Amino acid sequence: MLGRLSLSAIPLDVPILVGTFIGVAIVGIAVLGLITYYGKWGYLWKEWFTSVDHKRLAVMYIVLALVALFRGFADAIMMRTQLALAYAGNPGYLPPHHYDQIFSAHGTIMIFFLAMAFMTGLFNFVVPLQIGARDVAFPFLNNLSFWMTAVAFILVNVSLFIGEFSQCGWLAYPPLSETQFSPGVGVDYYIWAIQISGVGTLLTGVNFFVTIVKMRAPGMSWMKMPVFTWTAFCSSILIMVSFPVLTVAVALLGLDRYFGMHFFTNDGGGNQMMYLNLIWAWGHPEVYILVIPAFGVFSEVVPAFSGKPLFGYATMVYATCSIMVLSFVVWVHHFFTMGAGPDVNAFFGIATMIISIPTGVKLFNWMFTMYKGRIQYHACMYWAVGFMVTFTIGGMTGVMMAIPGADFVLHNSLFLIAHFHNVIIGGVYFGYICGMNFWAPKVLGFKLNESWGIRAFWFWLVGFFFAFVPLYVLGFQGMTRRLNHYDNPAWHPWLLIAEVGAVLILLGIACQLMQLYVSIRDCNLPANRDVTGDPWNGRTLEWSTSSPPPIYNFAIVPNVTALDAFMHDKEGGIDTRQAGGHYEAIHMPKNTAAGLVVGISSLVFGFAAVWYIWWLAALGLIGVIGAVIARSANKDIDYYIPAEEVARIENEHTRKLLAQAAE
Amino acid sequence: MSTSHTSSSGESHGSVASYVIGFVLAVILTVLSFAVVSTHSLSPTGTLGALSVLALVQVLVHLHYFLHMGGSSEQRWNNIAFVFTVSFVAILIVGTVFIMTNTAAHMMSR
Repeated sequence: MLGRLSLSAIPLDVPILVGTFIGVAIVGIAVLGLITYYGKWGYLWKEWFTSVDHKRLAVMYIVLALVALFRGFADAIMMRTQLALAYAGNPGYLPPHHYDQIFSAHGTIMIFFLAMAFMTGLFNFVVPLQIGARDVAFPFLNNLSFWMTAVAFILVNVSLFIGEFSQCGWLAYPPLSETQFSPGVGVDYYIWAIQISGVGTLLTGVNFFVTIVKMRAPGMSWMKMPVFTWTAFCSSILIMVSFPVLTVAVALLGLDRYFGMHFFTNDGGGNQMMYLNLIWAWGHPEVYILVIPAFGVFSEVVPAFSGKPLFGYATMVYATCSIMVLSFVVWVHHFFTMGAGPDVNAFFGIATMIISIPTGVKLFNWMFTMYKGRIQYHACMYWAVGFMVTFTIGGMTGVMMAIPGADFVLHNSLFLIAHFHNVIIGGVYFGYICGMNFWAPKVLGFKLNESWGIRAFWFWLVGFFFAFVPLYVLGFQGMTRRLNHYDNPAWHPWLLIAEVGAVLILLGIACQLMQLYVSIRDCNLPANRDVTGDPWNGRTLEWSTSSPPPIYNFAIVPNVTALDAFMHDKEGGIDTRQAGGHYEAIHMPKNTAAGLVVGISSLVFGFAAVWYIWWLAALGLIGVIGAVIARSANKDIDYYIPAEEVARIENEHTRKLLAQAAE
Repeated sequence: MSTSHTSSSGESHGSVASYVIGFVLAVILTVLSFAVVSTHSLSPTGTLGALSVLALVQVLVHLHYFLHMGGSSEQRWNNIAFVFTVSFVAILIVGTVFIMTNTAAHMMSR
């Protein structure tokens, strides 16, 4: 009846998990209680959960990403603490079985649910506004993508309290991840979480590709498109090209585990090296999927706070596109040591090094944008400049590891760990937080507190270097990744320093929470409110709307005649909003619960498949298919906002603008 | 449905006549392929060559008659997307063959 699920699956013998469960339960009950007490369920359901508005979905994605950040960071600091303690005779406080789950969950969560969710959140918010569109091309799919990502994250967290998570690292290499060596449910949780969130990501890629190709405002030709939109475009292409490879690789692993097949097993004709080949054919484009939009954020932030147009727009576009193509021909550098000959390794090593050329072009473009600009050191600029320094170091260590000979020494050492955190934290994370600070007034209608933002930056930057420079040193000293304990006295001091770094990053996260709290507390102060909708003297169309934008974004779709359309209009005295013009009724998509139903059904299906509860899996699958059919048959999916309502909202904003100007 | 149906963005969705022509061509090509193999009328190398040519023509027939790809300007996006997809799939497949045969040779795994 319940498959492999029994009471013994609940880890009551692990005090850390019991404590975590009690903590999560208390916070969860408190949150649910508060929502019920204030009677907000209807509001959440109508305005958020079933919303197809890209702006609402963006906020939900970013909230999901921040929750994932807390979970992923808790894992990180537990690992660092374990390694600070587990020296000589001391086994530390995490037994290997638990420790292995933690590092696997850390990687999986940080990439799939922090970084991907944050990126999709930024895409959702910024892209339609930047191209002058009223929503994305497929609003329902957008809602569905969100719920697929969210339930996959829930599935990963369920594994914390029911059963176990994968102990095979974030990519679950076979043969370790095969049934023979991992008979438990951990890898199955991993497989279903990846597959479910993969559907969401793939649909996001398709959605934004079509949105950008088809829905740009009249006059916005390719070379008049803002750079962030370009980066979202390239990322979407990479998603469409590479995520199917991940799906196939993980599905084949699933066939091995569920049906006793032999794609990647040791015996029966399997070849585990093919899994490495496939997973990295996705995995390398994946890191560029994440970092290219971060480059896009900096390309918007640096000009805005330097008071200048972006230096070398065209080279920026070409650099982005060449990075996109090159990122697909370098995947062997993740497994130089697998045994291919010098011809294969040399080809992929050189291809890897070539990527640093367009990336270097971008770095110089940002610096030339700042050169002789009127730079305001807003919190966003701190993240941007901190990125330039940190990312350059990470890029250079990457080029070092692109030399196959050097990689044979450094492969799977802590040097590698330091390198990819150097580019993922220093590039992706700094970029997304920079973007969050930059676009927050547009999303929320008020600015985020700057002092706490700057404090968060310094803790993150200094904490990063304390946490990861020791890892470079340890890598040279021969310490490999994923060690549970060690007895080399030369490593101990460096691991203590890394622990200090993790604590500093913890303070950085605390400052970010404080920043959110203070910003919300002070959101009605006149200095914080964004009445004009253009707090930074922005250059692109999103700043021409009110903050937060009306549900339809643009009452009259703007006419684009130049790059940096909004700045062009401001300088020429043209009203981009065409306030008081002829308003027409606006065609909008209706909210729908179908995405949520498909998501919950997928969660049920995933959970049941992990535990072999086949009747429940069938129910989940029926729920998915039924909801999709019901949704497809539903003709009542759109409505019109009447012209009078549009006029009322627009005139209200105009009145506020005039009142602000009169002060 | 005898007249050509056109969507709002101008792509042709074909007509009954074009689907029938495509179907007949596809059937002929399939039968020819089977015939080449089952009758042993060509040498092994010749059979492989003939099959490759027939398969390529088959792909082109499908693209033209069923996916409606062609040289018209409305088809530009379809063509770009197709060429792009083919080149990325080619990178993946050629790359994989390159890597795996080389690895197998060095590791003596095959």
